[in-house]
Amino acid sequence: MSISRREFLKIAGASAIFGLGGMAIINEITDDIEASQFSPGPDALIAKRWAMVVDMRKFKTEEDYRKIIEACHSIHNVPDFGNPKDEIKWIWTDTFEHAFPGQEHEYMEEKLKRMPFVLLCNHCDNPPCVRVCPTKATFKRKDGIVMMDQHRCIGCRFCMAACPFGARSFNWRDPRGKDDKGRPFIKEENKEYPTRTKGVVEKCTLCFERLAKGLKPACVEASNGALIFGDLKEPNSEVRKVLSTNYTIRRKAELGTMPSVFYIIG
Amino acid sequence: MYNGGKIIIGLIIFLAFVAFPLYYNIGKVSVKPEPKLDTSVIQQLKEKKCVEPKAYMKAEHMKLLNEWRDSAVRDGNRLYINSEGKQFTISLQNTCMKCHSNKKKFCDECHNYAAVKPYCWDCHIAPKEKEI
Ligand code: SF4
Ligand code: SF4
Ligand code: SF4
Repeated sequence: MSISRREFLKIAGASAIFGLGGMAIINEITDDIEASQFSPGPDALIAKRWAMVVDMRKFKTEEDYRKIIEACHSIHNVPDFGNPKDEIKWIWTDTFEHAFPGQEHEYMEEKLKRMPFVLLCNHCDNPPCVRVCPTKATFKRKDGIVMMDQHRCIGCRFCMAACPFGARSFNWRDPRGKDDKGRPFIKEENKEYPTRTKGVVEKCTLCFERLAKGLKPACVEASNGALIFGDLKEPNSEVRKVLSTNYTIRRKAELGTMPSVFYIIG
Repeated sequence: MYNGGKIIIGLIIFLAFVAFPLYYNIGKVSVKPEPKLDTSVIQQLKEKKCVEPKAYMKAEHMKLLNEWRDSAVRDGNRLYINSEGKQFTISLQNTCMKCHSNKKKFCDECHNYAAVKPYCWDCHIAPKEKEI
């Protein structure tokens, strides 16, 4: 089939007009969409600086520890590789000696020596992990949460080397996988929260997804008052009250990272 | 013409090579994607509307998802107020996929056709498909 020059121009003209018209419609929609907005939402818990107090006096039985760790790890799909070398932990326990090196001495109270301390990311005010992250996958929010953007993490692990608290874990294995016996590493997936992939770093995010819904962190909720959470910059907040009436210590304060997690040790 | 034969053979090989993608796909022409919208959640909606108009979602959903992700993760803003003033919680798993629970017939249908493999599902948990 051959078309004359005239016919060709007619079709070309029509398609141009149609094409432009089509574009105009899309542009119009796009302009409209630009009127859309983002906000924290009416229920969101908001603070100038989030902080946590761990009241070690209230931890009595193994169950007290298990409950809070379980609360965090189950809702955040933290895998259990059953192997300390690959371990992923957001909240865990360790001895006084390891948690507060330099403050232990051989004559200290026997109970303290043996007691497991609850540890998590300190959401430092001056976080070295943020400073070294080349992709800004780790960043500090205005409210003090040291956040992980899993979409951006390239797994270079600079942050792990920089964090003096061992608060970050690297995914050596696929968290969605199964062990030799066919048991999945994540026992029961929480469908409301993503998993991670092999090759990224993860840690406690102070339950930013729960704060957005007006809920306190899961570990705080499960702790029966042993973990106290609130705004450090709010003079009447519960954390401030607890801090002003108890003697508290922070982990490795001498390093100047300014942890936002405080400990009442009894 | 010198070496006419060789040149012609050369040309044929060249053409065969260049046209490889064309005849390689002959007979494999994929069917036109027909994404499906019917999930029970969508059926129950009084007004069957996504967060923004269909034309926009079709062309720009990836841009919107990008903005949603940055808003939620980086700015801590989880509420989206659309161009009509309606409010939605920003969440791929808990908002988008609650309606579009038929991921295979909705997302994959076009993504497979266009050979786009978004890696969202490496982390975000896709809804459980009901057997039809
Ligand atoms: S505890 Fe470690 S990971 Fe957490 S903010 Fe401080 S330096 Fe970063
Ligand atoms: S491992 Fe990820 S979060 Fe850590 S420094 Fe590298 S990119 Fe940043
Ligand atoms: S604040 Fe949330 S993410 Fe952090 S340890 Fe507690 S439960 Fe886990």
